[in-house]
Amino acid sequence: MKSTLLDLPLQPDDQRKSTFQTILSTPSLVAGGIMLVLLIGLAVLAPVISPYQPSEQNLYAFLKPPSAEHWLGTDQLGRDVFSRLIYAARSDLKIMVLAEIIPFCTGVFLGMLAGYYGKWVDSVISLVTDTFIAFPFYLIVIIVAFASGAGQRGIYITFILVGWIVFARVTRGLSASFRKQEWIASAQTLGLSGVRIILRHLLPNVLPQAVVVLMTDMVGLLVAIVTLGYLGIGIAPPTPDWGTMIADGQSFITTAWWLSAVPGFAVVYTGIALSLTGDGLADLWRRK
Amino acid sequence: MMKSNTEIKPSVTLDSSRRWLTQALLRAALVVICVVTAVFFLIRIVPGDPAKMILGEYSTPEAIASMHHTLGLDLPIGDQYLRFVRNLVTHGDTGASIISGTSARELIADRAPVTLLLIVMASFLAILLSLLLAMLAATNKDKLLDHLIRIFPTITLGMPVFWVGLLLILLFGVRLRWFPVGGVGEGWTGMLHSLILPAITVAFTQIPTLVRSLRAQMLEVLESDFLVTLKAAGIPSRVILLRHVLRNSALPTLMLLGVNISYLIGGTLVVEQVFGIKGIGSLLFSSISKRDFPVIQGIALYCAIAVVIISLLVEMASWWLDPRTKGKQ
Repeated sequence: MKSTLLDLPLQPDDQRKSTFQTILSTPSLVAGGIMLVLLIGLAVLAPVISPYQPSEQNLYAFLKPPSAEHWLGTDQLGRDVFSRLIYAARSDLKIMVLAEIIPFCTGVFLGMLAGYYGKWVDSVISLVTDTFIAFPFYLIVIIVAFASGAGQRGIYITFILVGWIVFARVTRGLSASFRKQEWIASAQTLGLSGVRIILRHLLPNVLPQAVVVLMTDMVGLLVAIVTLGYLGIGIAPPTPDWGTMIADGQSFITTAWWLSAVPGFAVVYTGIALSLTGDGLADLWRRK
Repeated sequence: MMKSNTEIKPSVTLDSSRRWLTQALLRAALVVICVVTAVFFLIRIVPGDPAKMILGEYSTPEAIASMHHTLGLDLPIGDQYLRFVRNLVTHGDTGASIISGTSARELIADRAPVTLLLIVMASFLAILLSLLLAMLAATNKDKLLDHLIRIFPTITLGMPVFWVGLLLILLFGVRLRWFPVGGVGEGWTGMLHSLILPAITVAFTQIPTLVRSLRAQMLEVLESDFLVTLKAAGIPSRVILLRHVLRNSALPTLMLLGVNISYLIGGTLVVEQVFGIKGIGSLLFSSISKRDFPVIQGIALYCAIAVVIISLLVEMASWWLDPRTKGKQ
């Protein structure tokens, strides 16, 4: 590929410190990062760490409270809750990341198109966004997930349809404000094509903000995946999932409350980790 | 930001406000048309034949053909769309339920009161609690309480609403026995009593966003010249807080809630399921399990139109209240 000086991303200000130092001086990023590494470590190493198989039943030891043998107790079929919890982290986090890829790309791209070109392109994209936003998020998620068939495929289809809007809104606003600035005008006078300006110059400047939004959006996506699991139209058993774990535990809430409480705390933990990371990244880029 | 009302901007005239209103109304109408079209295509973008989904895998071709006829799927797509729109405009309906034959509109209207009551109670609680929390945070700026309240959104962001509901049931229903664990009570008092926990659950989802923006607004008022003047005039700070700060924040809170109405409705549908409340949410789930498409379409349509109308009202209210458009008087 031929590359010229013109293709270097133009940046409004260019004061850079050592990246490593700046990261260390952003406490929320450090805290969020450590929490995420721990979580991902547990999920990846689940087969090594987990004391039991996630679907291994032991009908002699069902609904046991937490003990040395079963750190988080056992469920109604005598399955080890801790093992199920980290195996569920594996499936839930994997789906969360995969389901976010396509919406992120389409959203960022459509937002840049709308913001950069304005006029009718913007009107059309905005009208589509407004239409989607009119439907309550959970209503549309539930209907589409059900209609496209319960299970992982349903989750992916649902978020390809509705997940891009958040990103489109952010990058649209940013691109529209950049469009009025000099460095875009100078790129235009140099005769660069619209697509090239968008991909080479606009993209690097809207990406940080989009990534910050991605962090919080992933929390929302995870909560939605878990909610679908709880409602019985998400990840299908026997694949472990925090939502189905909470739903299964609901019948035993008076006697074994930890069955429903513990998977919920796992979701909350993930949420805190991701939003701290997002806050930290936002801080970091603001200071640059 | 321009806040003075004395300066009359020549651009703001009766004409421009009329033009703004026309544009806003046109835009909302266009969105409604798109919403109707989206709902119409809802059962057509779904992979697979809806008739087969309703009748099951092993249905006879005759049964499927007759179901196609009932659903109107045997007509050309343009005619189907016209029929759908005509039915909607003349009867406000999306068709008869495939299961019971009752019109979708009636089924929804039957379930709507409980859901609406729940939404109103949740909004009320959300406003009340967020005003309280925001006031505590703003008056204790940078103290421990403020930090605790500001961490709150980070923690609650990842809380699934149904899980919050379960924890509340566990604490206030099972342990403390203050509220029933599910269902809707008899009579007005019983009904209100049984809806308090679900309403708190729904409100919980809105509080973090509301507190965050309210706190910022209150700090702006608390640190303004206007307040310094009031303090200098010897008015006690409690009175200032209640009279001026609170009054200035109540309307923005209500409007922010209007912006979030879509999330509020969505949360309510899920929470109904946790508490076993027979509202729109439970109608949605039972229609989904019976694949009752006209009812599902009806719920989606009514919810979306409600959101469009509320958003329009909020937009109009904020335009009306914006000091920059108030040059008229």
